Amino acid sequence: MDSKQILDREFLEIRSRILDVASSLDRIQRADSDVSNDPRMQKLTEALQIVLTDDPHRAEKIQMLFSRQYDEHWKDQFSLPSTN
Amino acid sequence: MYYIDPHLHMVSRTTDDYETLARMGCVAISEPAFWAGYDRGTVDGFRDYFHQLTDVEPKRAAQFGIKHFTWLCINAKEAENVSLSREVLAMIPEFLDCDNVLGIGEIGLNKNTPNEATVFQEHVQLAVDHHQQILIHTPHLADKYQGTRMILDMLGDHSGIDRSRVLVDHVEEHTVKAVLDAGFWAGMTLYPVTKCTPARAVDIIEMVGAERLCVNSAGDWGPSKPTAVPDLVMEMRRRGHAESLIKKIVYDNPREFFSQSKKFELRNPADRVGFDT
Repeated sequence: MDSKQILDREFLEIRSRILDVASSLDRIQRADSDVSNDPRMQKLTEALQIVLTDDPHRAEKIQMLFSRQYDEHWKDQFSLPSTN
Repeated sequence: MYYIDPHLHMVSRTTDDYETLARMGCVAISEPAFWAGYDRGTVDGFRDYFHQLTDVEPKRAAQFGIKHFTWLCINAKEAENVSLSREVLAMIPEFLDCDNVLGIGEIGLNKNTPNEATVFQEHVQLAVDHHQQILIHTPHLADKYQGTRMILDMLGDHSGIDRSRVLVDHVEEHTVKAVLDAGFWAGMTLYPVTKCTPARAVDIIEMVGAERLCVNSAGDWGPSKPTAVPDLVMEMRRRGHAESLIKKIVYDNPREFFSQSKKFELRNPADRVGFDT
């Protein structure tokens, strides 16, 4: 499928998903209390900024945004027995 | 299209689900041992569970022409209890000769803790000692990337591992390449919210290719869809992929991976008569 065919096929679905995101954010904003300082809101904002880039690996970038960091020296803190 | 679901927890599903799976073309299931939704208190709880996996479920599946295989372990979540885990590890060999046991799994990490890592390494050693294949669970959501890298580190430390006999499951966009590049098989789980959707799984196939890559529903007692693999088949057809590529992903690949176990016997669906598997 070329880009035009994919867009033809998925336009309404993408539109619907964007509306879902927008309405979810509206719902949070309408509700009592303020979560603007909640770190999860910050993550969501950063994720939306990634969506708006033209990076060809947006999905992977967003996965990493929502991931805990990996420390390659993690074993130093675990005291694991040595393996064969 | 005939297909194999390489990861499906049928102990949590109804007999009606078996019938639906059969109607949709499922000819074989592999069922890793997992967390039942609560922590079991004794090794005998696991012995009963392994009896269910090795005796009860194969009979339930056979009623609908589905071949049932399984993997044994204490899962990563309950592995936090190291003493119980060691009792279960010592008991597992009682079941390794059962006809439908393909190996050790789904072992792995949950919250990436020292206890989980200790029990993971002991499971790996058990598998190596008994020449068993390994099926690995990678953590959920925010813990997935860190945990997957830790699992790859531990596997890389072990000189007795044959990477072609290990499948690292639940890969997503940010973990699939590390698993495949390290020489392991990879599994993608099709979950409505917390893992891959069929569309994203097909995206991953398009980006990394179809070698050493499987898809599964991981249907269980939580939000999941046991017929998710046929959803992926439909998505691939909608995008114009060849039937041969679809078959490779949903039938040939799991068959190739499982065939490394001498226990894996599955009649060619085209040669079947009735429900004879």
